[in-house]
Amino acid sequence: MKSGDVLHDLTIAKAHALLKKKEVSSVELTKSVLERISQVEYKVHAFVTITSDLALRQAAEADTRIKKGDISPLTGIPAMIKDNMSTKGIRTTCSSHMLENFVPAYNATVVEHLNKAGMVMVGKGNMDEFAMGSSTEHSAFLATGNPWDLERVPGGSSGGPAASVAACEAIYALGSDTGGSIRQPASFCGIVGMKPTYGRVSRFGLVAFASSLDQIGPMTKDVTDAALVMNAIAGHDPKDSTSADEPVPDYTKSLALDLKGIKVGVPREYFISGMEDGIRNTIETAISKLEQLGAIVDREASLPCTKYALPVYYIIAPSEAMANLARYDGVKYGYSSDGDSMWEAMEKTRGHGFGSEVKRRIILGTYALSAGYYDAYYVKAQKVRTLIRREFDEAFKRYDAIITPTSPTIPFKIGEKTDDPLKMYLSDICTLPANIAGIPGLSIPAGFCNGLPTGIQILGKPFSEEMIFRIAHAYEQATEWHKQRPKL
Amino acid sequence: MKLSREDVLHISALCRMALSDEEVERFRSQLSNILDNFEILQQVDTTNVPPTAYPIPLSNISREDEVAPSYPQSNILSNAPRQEDGQFRVRAVLE
Repeated sequence: MKSGDVLHDLTIAKAHALLKKKEVSSVELTKSVLERISQVEYKVHAFVTITSDLALRQAAEADTRIKKGDISPLTGIPAMIKDNMSTKGIRTTCSSHMLENFVPAYNATVVEHLNKAGMVMVGKGNMDEFAMGSSTEHSAFLATGNPWDLERVPGGSSGGPAASVAACEAIYALGSDTGGSIRQPASFCGIVGMKPTYGRVSRFGLVAFASSLDQIGPMTKDVTDAALVMNAIAGHDPKDSTSADEPVPDYTKSLALDLKGIKVGVPREYFISGMEDGIRNTIETAISKLEQLGAIVDREASLPCTKYALPVYYIIAPSEAMANLARYDGVKYGYSSDGDSMWEAMEKTRGHGFGSEVKRRIILGTYALSAGYYDAYYVKAQKVRTLIRREFDEAFKRYDAIITPTSPTIPFKIGEKTDDPLKMYLSDICTLPANIAGIPGLSIPAGFCNGLPTGIQILGKPFSEEMIFRIAHAYEQATEWHKQRPKL
Repeated sequence: MKLSREDVLHISALCRMALSDEEVERFRSQLSNILDNFEILQQVDTTNVPPTAYPIPLSNISREDEVAPSYPQSNILSNAPRQEDGQFRVRAVLE
């Protein structure tokens, strides 16, 4: 399929232009996307819940708005929402048996923002259970296939959203990123994914995994679309006291075409041993392209603390998760098991309701926080976290942005890494540092290795999303990668 | 770091999560391996380095204490596995 042939293949910007000129209605666009879902979803398995009736109703409402001239860039555009963002009246499962029948009483703030903008929601996206994983294989319900090769994983934890956008089962999606869960699947599926600065987007209504690391962000077919979604979801929210009270610029204004004078660092620590040659070559080619566009590239940049990111992350994230997931006690909501006593019922509820990766991380987090180990693991990790942050602060005095691979590998085969958690954790090695430091990062398609998409990651200092968009857009417009679509 | 079977059982009791015998053994060996890989952190000199709890410095976020409507009781109870008289029903805490 060539891009632009059919409605479901459109980007937000192109669909918006047609809606605005009234050449296409939202109902027509939505029907095209729903038709696409009915054609390919049995192969891709991107959705936990498909909301066709709601989508058609919202599309009709959007058309009424558009007729009155009330249109914003997201009005009437079909989207998928990862299934860890609360949607009022629509079950929100986190791909866990624990929340299989959970129906939220309110919307996440991001969903409220998109509803106000006139979103058409086609469904809720599959994910690793409670967003813990890098392949979406830890979903309690179904394994999502990578649209470029259905025997391979789409990445994770936002594997459903990434696969749905790549397969044109949604025009765009919202994902969440705690250690790479937007950027790594975006890279694996050949789309654009941004993790904003910590606090840039409200987390209210996002089911908590690790509260000091989680951020919601856009997963889109190109950079312009990512900027359009950021315009709609960024901003302060009184319901999230960690959301930043910083002005939100119009991100589309930063979409330049050249990079004259932009200083970029390429830290050598991100080119780990064991990285595939194809990935290395892709990054090299991308960096040369940035130079052609006018960027001043330092290939000898160094961030020596990078090697500590994996242990720091896998102590802090499970520790926070252990505390956040203490709420699943079988009393207020969620799966509930029987038992002879209160404690037995609770232990069985948690033992049966959670899947194995979630249990592994709860055990790890509990251990790191337990008496005798708290200082050696948790506090030590928090101190090294400070060193990682400081190292980025220093680097951003010299560079406008840092360029790295998004993932050290191409998408792996389904089942290849499920028996070895440490091997799975290593797939996040390039994306973890941004969450630890709270800085923004974006993955953009940068080529193919063995027919599978590869991405580069652009990192910037806190609240420098405009700079990241500028670099990403200039690169994208000078390449054709974002126009490729998988054959399904 | 070699974890024992008793270590894993102790942790699972702390977080109130039942594990099967097979899970206890699997987590014991996997977590021992993971913790070995964390030893690298002990080499880092963190003298006088303060811990980071949140990446963006924020403190004492407060707001006006204004009266606002809360969610209806029926909404909040609608997902409860057991409820009675507008309340969550729990099992006996004291036997």
